[in-house]
Amino acid sequence: MFSFVLRRLLVAIPTLIVITALAFFMMKVAPGGPFDLERPMPDEIRERLLERYGMDQPVWKQYLDYMVNLAQGDLGPSLKFHDKDVAELIGEGFPVSIMIGSLAMLLAVFVGTLLGAIAALRQNKSSDYAVMGFAMIGVSIPPLVMGPILALVLGLYMNLLPTGGLNFNRYGLSVLVLPVITLALPQIAIIARLMRASMIEVIRSNYIRTARAKGLSAPAVMVRHALRSAVLPLVSYLGPASAAVISGSLVIERVFQLPGMGAYFVDAALQRDYTLVMGVVVVYASLIIFLNLLADLLYSVLNPRVKFDS
Amino acid sequence: MLRNRIIKAALVTTSLLALAACGGGQPNNSDSVTLHRGNNAEPLSLDPHRASGTWENNIIGDMFVGLFTEDASGSPIPGMAESWEVAEDGLTWTFTLREALWSDGEPVTASDFVFSLRRISDPQTGAQYVSLLFPIEGIAAASRGEISPDQIGVRAIDDRTLEISLENPAPYLPGLLTHYTAFPMPQHVVEQYGDEWVRPENIQSNGAFRLSDWRTNNYVHLVRNENFFDNSNVCLDEVFFYPTVDNSAASRRVRNGELDLNMEFPGQQLDFLMREIPEYVRVHPFMGTIYFSLNTQLEQFEDAQVRNALGMAIDRTFIAEQILQAGQPPAYSMVPPGVANYPGGVAASWSNIPVEQRRETAREILEAAGYGPDNPLRFEYTYRATGDNPRIAPVVQNDWSSIAEWVIPELIVNDTQIHYDNLRASDFQVADGGWIADYNDPYNFLFLAEFRSVPMNYSRYNNPEYDALVTAANQELDLAARGQMMAQAEQMMIDDMPIIPIVFYVNKNLVSPRVTGWVDNVVNIHRSRYICFNDVEAAE
Repeated sequence: MFSFVLRRLLVAIPTLIVITALAFFMMKVAPGGPFDLERPMPDEIRERLLERYGMDQPVWKQYLDYMVNLAQGDLGPSLKFHDKDVAELIGEGFPVSIMIGSLAMLLAVFVGTLLGAIAALRQNKSSDYAVMGFAMIGVSIPPLVMGPILALVLGLYMNLLPTGGLNFNRYGLSVLVLPVITLALPQIAIIARLMRASMIEVIRSNYIRTARAKGLSAPAVMVRHALRSAVLPLVSYLGPASAAVISGSLVIERVFQLPGMGAYFVDAALQRDYTLVMGVVVVYASLIIFLNLLADLLYSVLNPRVKFDS
Repeated sequence: MLRNRIIKAALVTTSLLALAACGGGQPNNSDSVTLHRGNNAEPLSLDPHRASGTWENNIIGDMFVGLFTEDASGSPIPGMAESWEVAEDGLTWTFTLREALWSDGEPVTASDFVFSLRRISDPQTGAQYVSLLFPIEGIAAASRGEISPDQIGVRAIDDRTLEISLENPAPYLPGLLTHYTAFPMPQHVVEQYGDEWVRPENIQSNGAFRLSDWRTNNYVHLVRNENFFDNSNVCLDEVFFYPTVDNSAASRRVRNGELDLNMEFPGQQLDFLMREIPEYVRVHPFMGTIYFSLNTQLEQFEDAQVRNALGMAIDRTFIAEQILQAGQPPAYSMVPPGVANYPGGVAASWSNIPVEQRRETAREILEAAGYGPDNPLRFEYTYRATGDNPRIAPVVQNDWSSIAEWVIPELIVNDTQIHYDNLRASDFQVADGGWIADYNDPYNFLFLAEFRSVPMNYSRYNNPEYDALVTAANQELDLAARGQMMAQAEQMMIDDMPIIPIVFYVNKNLVSPRVTGWVDNVVNIHRSRYICFNDVEAAE
């Protein structure tokens, strides 16, 4: 297993280089630049700014410089947030995104698997339809709509929760409730559907029949044998899904006014903040590679049929 | 085994959430008087020389005070200046500074001003906004690298006497000097920390508040500056500024008492808010204009009559009432109502004629110019993909094509950055745009049509007579006579219609009725030093 992990990590390096190169050159091809503002600045000042950020160099040179700095762990200064550098911005935003994303993912996995398992065991009964109906709603109502509705009902009308911001000193942990639920709902729905499908398949398989024939109690069969195989498809889904949820959601951050990293994916690109775009690309790509690796390892733990050393 | 762990983790999560839910929606009680301000966007910089937005001005102007500052109604009043004299030619202003301290107890001196104005003139600083200070002698040349920043016309006579020389007489100087580009900086701090001087642990300021904490995309936290010269009249101990990008969400937070005010709400919600919380809604005119630029360098827009025809056809009332919906006044001039030092009264000659009739006239004009079924007038209308602009575009397209079926506008949408890039490069035919004044004076609008303002003069309007009149007005020391001349120039420009004014901006503020000291004003500047709460005032 160790050599497997090592191999995967080595493959990750060229992958990252390709991804950053693609992102870098695509970004440079896009028209406009960070210093094309509504109110133009004197040419002299513009030139000095380009010089300061090395943007007066040929693009290939800029890329090489960037990669050399990146190898040393330097993500560079932000071109838009003049008082902060990219590492600082991501360092402030990423923990918030991770906190909210992981809570949402945990909630989603717990509730989603439970609902999915229930639906599978009560297949075609009313509780199955109820769960699947809920899942349909969860998938089809986007957070952009669900967030404001929850904020209106739970925040404004019932006055139970703050409707936005992340000021722990003022409101404590209650600020997390609405964003975590909103972020988790679509995931709960997807996970419940995945879980139901795979659970139905598993409980029809021969070894479950064998286990039942041996006279094991129904809960023991379900929990010890069925559930363990049924979560396998879920694990492959969770890798990339967690990366997406953990790295922050623009919508959730806007609706609940949270200082996460998700907004940078859109804002930095629109404002041509090249270094910040590269920063979030590097972080996001590394996260996906890492979580996919983690999912594969977890898969092997759960499924003894998967071997690494072949 | 894994399942157990998942369940454990989920239990932890749910209990955490349940715990969190007990927090409730009410703010903590504390002795310090705290204002929570919704401030529209995240500041890109708190360094007065690197900032460029109104939302940054709200924070920076709470921390720093220039020679002049704003009163509660946004009008210029003396700040660091105690008294001043203007030489007869209007070119040299000599200021006597009040005795004041930085937040670390060091005195604010004339050399802090000299240092700051030299720093912003230095192209190395990369001050995007330095052009605002070009009326001060030598700043334009220094920012182009032609002279050293040491040679600009700003001198410290002694610690409390500052002399500023101008390129032209500028009777509007007090208004201009309220802008953050002209603020003093603590020389001893900037020299010690360089670009890092603006970090909360380093910064010192001379205004009512000082920076305590800045969490990106979360909040900027200011606290009372005990050394502020007027500290005894400041009610608030702390101010939080929140980057409320989603203004629907911000409206909910104001209604829920999480924010005391927010400086924007969606126009479409006006009716709803007026029904639900009328005592919060503050709508009033603002110093800005939405206008279209016509590229006068193109053959089809060379003719002022043709340009007027396109201007006539637009139903501004429809755009204001049906699209924007927040009481924006239709615009027939560039300078909005309520701007200081200005008599107003400028309007397109056809502004009082009903729009149907105007379209008839427009058709006649275009036919006379040689357009018709065999020679259609085709042009591209480019607009920004943000805000209400995508909803205005089809309306004006329809307005133009209702002149005649042979007027064929095409719609092109662009990202804001690319849009303005194209405008500056003169790569457009008709394009939308907006202008919000930096300081309260008609010249801050009219300079946009001066030929020397290219590339900001997007339409490339070139009328030497207009330029001469505006320049002459700026030489005039009598503010009333100057205003008349400015108005005369604006009328001349509007008759030529290189730009088509559409509507004037309005401010849409939501302010809790708890807040006192808030005065609606045309510059929409509301310094926190004047703000208090009625319950706090009642307790005193």
